[in-house]
Amino acid sequence: MTAVRTAPTERGERRTPLPSVRSPLAWVRGGGLSTFVFFVPLLLSFGFFSWWPILRSLVLSLQQTNFIVTEWVGLSNFQRVLADPLLTTAVWNTTWFTILALLIGFPVPIMLAVIIAELRRTRPLASALAYLPVIIPPVVAVLLWKTFYRPDASGLFNTILGWFGVDPLPWLNDGNLVIPAIVVQATWASFGTAVIIYLATLMTIRTELYEAAEIDGATIPGRFWHVTLPQMRGVLLVMLLLQLIGTFQVFTEPYIMTGGGPENRSMTILLLIYRYAFVSGDYGRATALSLLLAIALSLLSAVYLWVTRRWSTS
Amino acid sequence: MTAAPATTPAAGTTPTAAAAALPPRGRRPRRRATTDERSIVSIMDRKNNGLRIAVAIAGGFVLLALLITCAGPLFWLFKAATSTSTETLAAPFALWPSGLHWDNLSTAWTSIQFGTYMRNTLLVCAGAWFFGLLVATTGGYGIAVLRPRYTSVVSALVLATLFIPGVISLVSLYLTVVELPIFGINLINTFWAVWLPSSASAFNVLLVARSLQAIPRDLFDAARIDGAGTYRMFVSLVLPLARPIIGVISLLTIIGAYKDFLWPMLVLPRADLQPISVALPRIESSTDLGVFMAALFISVIIPVVLFLVFQRQFLRAAGSAGAIKE
Repeated sequence: MTAVRTAPTERGERRTPLPSVRSPLAWVRGGGLSTFVFFVPLLLSFGFFSWWPILRSLVLSLQQTNFIVTEWVGLSNFQRVLADPLLTTAVWNTTWFTILALLIGFPVPIMLAVIIAELRRTRPLASALAYLPVIIPPVVAVLLWKTFYRPDASGLFNTILGWFGVDPLPWLNDGNLVIPAIVVQATWASFGTAVIIYLATLMTIRTELYEAAEIDGATIPGRFWHVTLPQMRGVLLVMLLLQLIGTFQVFTEPYIMTGGGPENRSMTILLLIYRYAFVSGDYGRATALSLLLAIALSLLSAVYLWVTRRWSTS
Repeated sequence: MTAAPATTPAAGTTPTAAAAALPPRGRRPRRRATTDERSIVSIMDRKNNGLRIAVAIAGGFVLLALLITCAGPLFWLFKAATSTSTETLAAPFALWPSGLHWDNLSTAWTSIQFGTYMRNTLLVCAGAWFFGLLVATTGGYGIAVLRPRYTSVVSALVLATLFIPGVISLVSLYLTVVELPIFGINLINTFWAVWLPSSASAFNVLLVARSLQAIPRDLFDAARIDGAGTYRMFVSLVLPLARPIIGVISLLTIIGAYKDFLWPMLVLPRADLQPISVALPRIESSTDLGVFMAALFISVIIPVVLFLVFQRQFLRAAGSAGAIKE
């Protein structure tokens, strides 16, 4: 539609004013069709499986459907989500999971990457070893760790405890231990990615910075604190946010290890969404909860980016 | 190669221009030379014996810890896969008290239909790879090179999905697959239900678009002047130039499809269509421990062997994925 106005300036050629809609024939002759063909896979794929579902979520959260009859129910889906006592449990569990995952999972890869970067001949071996758990399909890793966590004396961890004369712990069957146990497994499965990304960043720090720091008399911890960390700052901040968003949507680990038990002590928000939708068939309620989670995560990212940006300018 | 006649004047510049433009390999050639000094502990420090020993000890400790924590569980899995269930339960750390039991592996393959699940996994990965690449390369080409008037709208819409948490459309995507709009087809229990949604990856499209934008525009203009059409340019210029990034995307897509659990579980409820990752948790409780460990071991061995063979590519893909996240 805007063809007439933009075409002359864009192409730098003079044209006699055309009718306001370019004829389809001219569009095809000008290569418009063959260009459009290359957009077709993208438009179909995103249209059906990305844009449409996102829009539909907004509508679905206000509806009640059983595939045959669909009716508008206003905000009652949201009311039912917020009235569910399980929601508090799920939010608390997920938050606790995220905090633990950050406490364990964030500093460890940084320290590992910094030490691995100092290795000379064994650096490729060390980074390959660190990345090995990432290669294992999460389902296999979770099932393997589930056998490690066996509650009786035959479990791997309980056998190790037995060497020190400690009685077997129930691990996944214990309400207080279940989330830390899952966090350890999840961290094991994913820390390699962070190590590789940090290593790649460490390799881009300019040597001159270290040399200058050394000439100024900075000790090795000083160089780490005043050169390495500030240079990695951007990557660290982004990885922290990505980890936050990722752990808030944790599903596979609790689903396979405990199914949310014992007594909902490992029930996470995504497990609750799964239950609403695919156990109870309550799609409206599930969509309402996923919408709330998505909004919360977007707000979190926005605030996080705003705050960290302010830091860097001040 | 078929492009040679069409791009003759540009042919001389093609290799050099391409080499300069390709990000992954040519990006930091100058720095790589000095990589060895690039660390907190300087060459001066390394002349200090005490410090050198301390660094060596710390490094050795990290290596040992990584060996135990990362390779250890895999080794244990191999041991459990080749031991009887009672041995694994009675003495989890004993190494093969009654010798190696390879029969677990063959039992796993035959008795729990492992071959079927393996075939399904391969089909899922192959389809996700094909459709993922199709959308990413054509879309990236359109956005970065062809640039029709609607490009800004399309790329903004693609970019927007990158910032919307995936959880938002889990349920509605399921309902979409149950009854595809316009066509009204039910895709549940077909591989299309896994292949097509995974192809809508904004990350992959932008990865291709970004790498194509780094290629000097003159190259495409030259090809166009030589009479190469939109299609010819895609096949003979864009695909070869984007090869490194296509490799990265292929690796990430195939690994992603191999690892995926929740989505295939939702859309492939029929047992004989399920990939390994969906089938394993389902059969866990009904399978003998030794056989189950063997099944886990077989599922791990393919990705691990691939990783050991293509280690460089894997680590580079992981690193470049991180660079994009910045």
